[in-house]
Amino acid sequence: MSTIRNLSRRTFVKSIGLASGGLILACNTSIFSDKEKEEIKNLTEFNPNLFVQLNSDGSLILVASRSEMGNGVRTSLPSVIADEMEADWKMVKIQQAVGDKKYGDQNTDGSRSIRYLYETMRQMGATVKAMLITAAAQTWNVPESECVAENHFIVHTSGKKIGFGDLVEKAKTLEVPTEVALKSPKDFKYIGKHLRSVDAENYVNGSAVFGLDKRLPNMKFVAIERCPVTFGTVKSFDKTEALKVAGVEAVIEIPRITKPFGALGGVAVIASNTWAAFKGKEALKIAWDFGDNKSYNSSEFMDSMTKNVHKQGKVAKDIGSISKAFKNADKIIESTYQLPHLAHTPMEVPNAVAWVQGETCEVWAPTQAPQRSREEVASYLNTSTDNVTINVTLLGGGFGRKSKPDYIVEAAIISKEVNAPVQVVWTREDDVKHDYFHTVSAQYMKASLDKNGNVTGWLHRFALPSITSTFQPGVDYAAGWEISSASNVPFDIKNMKIEVGQAPAHVRIGWLRSVINIPHGYSINVFADELAAAANKDPLEFRLNLIGEDRIEETEDPIKYNTARLKNVLKIAAKNAEWGKELPEGHAYGLAVHYSFYSYVASVVEVSVINNKVKVHNVYTAIDCGTVVNKDTVKAQMEGSAVFGMSLAYYGKITAKEGAIEQSNFNDFKMIRIHEAPNVHVEIVESTERPTGVGEPGVPVIAPAIINAIYKATGKRYYNLPLSDYGLV
Amino acid sequence: MITLNVNGEKQTIDVAPEMPLLWAIRDIVGLTGTKYGCGIGLCGSCKVLMDGSPVQSCMIPVSAAEGKSIITIEGESENLQLLQQSWVELNVAQCGFCQPGQLIAAAALLDKNENPTEEEINEAMIGNICRCGTYQRIKKAIYHTVELKNKSVS
Ligand code: FES
Ligand code: FES
Repeated sequence: MSTIRNLSRRTFVKSIGLASGGLILACNTSIFSDKEKEEIKNLTEFNPNLFVQLNSDGSLILVASRSEMGNGVRTSLPSVIADEMEADWKMVKIQQAVGDKKYGDQNTDGSRSIRYLYETMRQMGATVKAMLITAAAQTWNVPESECVAENHFIVHTSGKKIGFGDLVEKAKTLEVPTEVALKSPKDFKYIGKHLRSVDAENYVNGSAVFGLDKRLPNMKFVAIERCPVTFGTVKSFDKTEALKVAGVEAVIEIPRITKPFGALGGVAVIASNTWAAFKGKEALKIAWDFGDNKSYNSSEFMDSMTKNVHKQGKVAKDIGSISKAFKNADKIIESTYQLPHLAHTPMEVPNAVAWVQGETCEVWAPTQAPQRSREEVASYLNTSTDNVTINVTLLGGGFGRKSKPDYIVEAAIISKEVNAPVQVVWTREDDVKHDYFHTVSAQYMKASLDKNGNVTGWLHRFALPSITSTFQPGVDYAAGWEISSASNVPFDIKNMKIEVGQAPAHVRIGWLRSVINIPHGYSINVFADELAAAANKDPLEFRLNLIGEDRIEETEDPIKYNTARLKNVLKIAAKNAEWGKELPEGHAYGLAVHYSFYSYVASVVEVSVINNKVKVHNVYTAIDCGTVVNKDTVKAQMEGSAVFGMSLAYYGKITAKEGAIEQSNFNDFKMIRIHEAPNVHVEIVESTERPTGVGEPGVPVIAPAIINAIYKATGKRYYNLPLSDYGLV
Repeated sequence: MITLNVNGEKQTIDVAPEMPLLWAIRDIVGLTGTKYGCGIGLCGSCKVLMDGSPVQSCMIPVSAAEGKSIITIEGESENLQLLQQSWVELNVAQCGFCQPGQLIAAAALLDKNENPTEEEINEAMIGNICRCGTYQRIKKAIYHTVELKNKSVS
């Protein structure tokens, strides 16, 4: 358990943005990396990163340490404290933390917010409650055991009660108890219930402030023209026409910062409004030095990667003997799958406001990674991180794009150059063309069946440019964590081999919602469906058998996964869909199940294929993500994941020709729209296991379930994505 | 000088006549509820009501909006406020960024059609992308608003 301290009488609380006065408890959630822990130890012994302030008017301020990007974190994290405290949810105000190490790991990736902070939040809430009970008992001079907390009051068995706020002065003087009892899950009031987003009203009346909405006095608007080929540089440029655009004030060249999250460089147009900056950018004439990536043609690249998976690769896992299994097989099945690059395209384009003044820099930006941003900016300005403040605005979607702060570094560079506050705004075209793309992949799978249709051997070989290449240029094989979602395949097969093929990167590769689970969840689920067909078995029954006996899988991960939970979600999704029932002409079900971010998700989708056009009617999703903090958030994330998964299945394809991305906006990088959206039916497994990821694991099952349903409906197997390439949507 | 009527208020602004209404509203008038999502009429984030019709403000030169009544998400229409309530009640928004545009499109629909069918909703909302995928709740919230209105009438 982490240590909780009473900071009520310290003056330093002002520096975290809390007014002094109330009862302030703080703790260190200890979720730093080992390196960071080391650093912090050397600073001071106690660096709190989670704060709760109870004021005498009863208001409760929680400092939220995570970015809000549609994943409901600002609602769900504080609700945990409020629940343990027996606080009235309406009295809770949430304050967004600024980017600073003292708030712990603020990077919102990997679906881990709730997972990491859940226990600490509960302890914090329980501690405040215990102190209030002590304060009340002392006030009334009664035993603590006769007092309970109820809806923002401490109530005595005699019926008398006193408000939380009225106990603040007394509680401030108390020692912090070291042992506190946590509530029993059955008594949760907020955890596990439907809670409305704290920002719900601001979202609908236009008052929510996203990064793009930040305004400072005398702020300049900036658009940047970047080289069409990744890592190309400016040879020369002519700014005459750009400067003629009304509102354009200056045009400057900015350098490429050769760091993973450094700026791409290019020519920046500084203007008095966004439109003038965009117009000025269009009017620039730039000669580029395209560099090595000019040779990148994604279709040729796909061919070469496919060749690489059709020959022996680097062995990542080898159990039993697949060669024996293949030799003794009754049937051999082989397939190759090709999936293209994807762009994140969050609804709000990358943007950032920065104001460099002397040694210091203040930033307002939609970022999933305030600390990473802070370090990048400090490193560029050659100043200490203490001089850099990152204010996190609301995020108009992130999906992993906004955990890469290149756009924030750009803003800092330009603010410094022009000596004014600036807002860098990417056009949608910039966003599509200069993303950290989801990787492109080729996968080859081969399996053997015995006479009874049991799978006896399994070979999975894949090649994809690794995310590691963004950090270590030149890396051309998948990293260990990019292999585990293939090698941890939860099938009970005695002979198994996983191999990795070579694939160099020619664009910036980054993580996108559910990351490597997109290609692996796809190939594994489609191939398993092919095997079921080859074995002439029902896909559901076949899959449950393939997963096999209930067991805890031995993985390298500290959290092991449980095949019983995996089968359970599959059964629930199938039951809710009434798997096996008669469907209208042209309609069929397809299923997929996948474990990622420690959560178990299965989806059954109902698809119709009529006149060679695919429509997804219903999606039945079941998720087991351990203890659920906010059911409505989980439900919403599953609904959204279904649409996200459909977008990539239908339309998701980014291609490059001579190094330049060919797509530019929502006309050629299309999204699912309302008429295509399915009804998503979500069931959340009741569980008291530790909470696990929610934002991402709903995505990987969707595309393979659709492909499997199309097969069932038409008898035709499609291997590659997107479906638009086949004229099916 | 161009005079705009935004949410019932006159705004006289000094901008190039070809500046899209979107940027005039956001950067000059200073109302940031109207969003930029694509800039070329594909996403609907920038929708406003112009004389009661939903338009993509990124596609309209500010000069063409002169003399017209512009209603943004910060303004009021017959159905906008009711829809906003339903949106909150059903917790429609995820990241929330597309929602001003969605609400304007929905308000324009209900202002003209009290009881839209699913087809009609799809038609009215097809121009609005939600990358977070809140479409199902958007539909529900529109139906919910219609129900509330029907109840209050009967
Ligand atoms: S910004 Fe106008 S339609 Fe997308
Ligand atoms: S709520 Fe995020 S784009 Fe619609």
